[in-house]
Amino acid sequence: MSQSQSQGASRTPPAAFDELGQGAEIRAAYAAVAAWLERTPPAELEAKRAEAELLFRRVGITFAVYGEGGDPERLIPFDIIPRVLARSEWDRLSAGLSQRVRALNAFLADAYGKQEILKAGVIPASLVTGNEQFRPEMQGFQPPGGVYTHIAGIDLVRTGPDQFYVLEDNARTPSGVSYMLENREAMLRLFPRLLARHRLAPVNRYPEDLLTTLKAAAPDRAGPNPTVVILTPGSFNSAYYEHCFLADEMGVEVVEGADLFVDENVVFMRTTAGPRRVDVIYRRIDDDYLDPRAFRPDSMLGVPGLMAAYRAGNVALCNAPGCGIADDKAIYPFVPQMIRFYLDEEPKLANVPTYLCEREADRAYVLDHLDELVVKLAQGSGGYGMMIGPHATAAERADFAARIKARPADYIAQPTLALSTVPTLCANGVAPRHVDLRPFVLSTKDEVRIVPGGLTRVALREGSLVVNSSQGGGTKDTWVLENDPQEGGVAHGGVAC
Amino acid sequence: MLSRSADSLFWLGRYTERAANVARGLSVALRMAGLSEQLGAEGDEWRSLLIATGCEPGFFAKHEEASQENVVDFLVRDPDNPTGIISCFAAARHNARSVRTALTVDMWGALNDSWNALRHAEFQGERLPGFLEWVRERVLLFNGAAQDTMLRGEPWLFVQLGTALERADNTARLLDVKHHLLAPAQQATVEYAQWQAILQSVSALRAYHWVYKDRLEPAKIAELLILRPELPRSLTACHGRVLEVLDRIAAGQAGRRGECHRMAGELHARLRYGRIEEILSAGLHEYLTDMIVRTAELGNEIEAFYIRA
Repeated sequence: MSQSQSQGASRTPPAAFDELGQGAEIRAAYAAVAAWLERTPPAELEAKRAEAELLFRRVGITFAVYGEGGDPERLIPFDIIPRVLARSEWDRLSAGLSQRVRALNAFLADAYGKQEILKAGVIPASLVTGNEQFRPEMQGFQPPGGVYTHIAGIDLVRTGPDQFYVLEDNARTPSGVSYMLENREAMLRLFPRLLARHRLAPVNRYPEDLLTTLKAAAPDRAGPNPTVVILTPGSFNSAYYEHCFLADEMGVEVVEGADLFVDENVVFMRTTAGPRRVDVIYRRIDDDYLDPRAFRPDSMLGVPGLMAAYRAGNVALCNAPGCGIADDKAIYPFVPQMIRFYLDEEPKLANVPTYLCEREADRAYVLDHLDELVVKLAQGSGGYGMMIGPHATAAERADFAARIKARPADYIAQPTLALSTVPTLCANGVAPRHVDLRPFVLSTKDEVRIVPGGLTRVALREGSLVVNSSQGGGTKDTWVLENDPQEGGVAHGGVAC
Repeated sequence: MLSRSADSLFWLGRYTERAANVARGLSVALRMAGLSEQLGAEGDEWRSLLIATGCEPGFFAKHEEASQENVVDFLVRDPDNPTGIISCFAAARHNARSVRTALTVDMWGALNDSWNALRHAEFQGERLPGFLEWVRERVLLFNGAAQDTMLRGEPWLFVQLGTALERADNTARLLDVKHHLLAPAQQATVEYAQWQAILQSVSALRAYHWVYKDRLEPAKIAELLILRPELPRSLTACHGRVLEVLDRIAAGQAGRRGECHRMAGELHARLRYGRIEEILSAGLHEYLTDMIVRTAELGNEIEAFYIRA
């Protein structure tokens, strides 16, 4: 299957909302950026782009892409033109994100606890307890503070000035935050004057917020200064750079499974000074590989006995095992109802309408409208295993129709959204390209923290809607302006230069 | 610090030092082979180098004859030889990569640039002396980068430990393979030139003149390379450094010590209070073989205490 965009396109999606503005009308948040693009010669932009690439290569920020041959160590393309959000826009998003993640945590506690939402019939029990991601090992156990998804990445897309949608939730081990931080660093080095012309919400307190969040998750007995580690699958993992980067920024160790062992339900790491007790594990490996005694017995990445230590309350795992039931694409359509059920609030962020192929009526509609819809695997991630109807060939659509009929529960479908575009430096100059946004939401028992902005991913190929880095997408720095510019006015500092 | 990181840093120190030592060994073999030819003497320099580097069995499993070209290829390029220069750099880089955050940008740069250049380096024939010089310079650069930029914590100490232990092993092996040259009876022109070559291989020819202000004598050469603490590559200096580093690691861990500390202390005391006359009369070869074995045992004890505990 292929996500290639051009072949056999049967119809064009509706015109996309451009965040810079349409024609001569520049949106206020972009005033200074637009003026900068206007006066900067293309050759200079190209030179800056090359400089940025060199910067990223020297720091060694790479992402591994497997299964395509060639060198798997690749650079995620970085686009030098920032994506700008006004403070008022961000405040609305932020409130919606916070609300959503609080509901997801409440749902997880309920799903592994009393299951009231299932008893009330709001979510079909089969979707939860029958889900591959449901971990019976988590039933009847409360993680410290009752938080399950301490670090969540919520993918947002935009279709108009006020139309933001949640595309998907990532409640397990979302990655990409190192790019958010490195992108800002790169911009500060490449364009100090352009940045000085804006008042930007800083992003560099993320590592500190993350450490605070992880420490707050520690079991009570760990005291005020718990030992935190990051558990990585190792240097061959695509996000290994990020694991080391975060460990470095927080001043904690990045460990592999073999560096840890469990003795009498207590987790230790092997150090030169002897075994040292570990209180919090920010694990960046999947549930399946955490503990060969509890999950996959063939896992070489995990720590035998870890789940028993966790259940004994001697160590915290962030995120908790079993969070996969909260970000499953088949559960996603129910998140607005979760918000009403647990928080008694109306959702502040909208969902994309979603058809569950498992339901007969939905399936009939999907099969009848394959050329309009995006079809996704309920369990898939990273842009693998999806079909964008308007861009697919007749053969690809027929292939997906057969798959849906064979295993309906595996598939969901959504309308093809006209994702907003942002000016992007392409081979032939600056052109609009589709983007999404992944803010990172940190939760403790008492509060939710979100660094303003997040990771903007951009589909670099013309017309492409697939932004995943594993599918050749790039990233941009995301700016949240501290001072809201007036519509029609100019940003702080004026545009003349 | 994590045991795995200590392991990587220790071996990073060992492999970078080993690469330079193989280059030193090749330089001295090249020089001696040239001398033997000029003076019409029978030389078996390439074979002795294989013995000194512990590569003899591996080499003869693949080659019939210890010709210069075969030995150079085996000790520089052959990926089947873990002691080869390119293999050493590959292993050093692999260890460095797994502890990227413990290294400084300068150290990583010195290693990574060397690695990139090595992959298409030419080293046979006329190019060999220049290539070997370049390898030594790259390791000097790496050691200098470590010295100048690395935070003085445990990571630094474990790199130092690896370097010092490897260097001690190398000096002992280098001397051992030439021990017959230092037997008291020898005194021909060829031997004199070969003594110079031994000293040059550990950058100690000038040092000899400074220390002894006298013509070369086998007993003094042996004394300089084994017992004199002023020479940074002597066994005494290397084991003194090993002991000092182990003590500093212990001091940072509230005095926690093990068998490796006792062994390092004993080994250093033997060297510090040893006398060259006794060493020579009891047999230089026997002494050096014992040193090589003890150095290997010390390495194992260090790993047992800090890394595989």
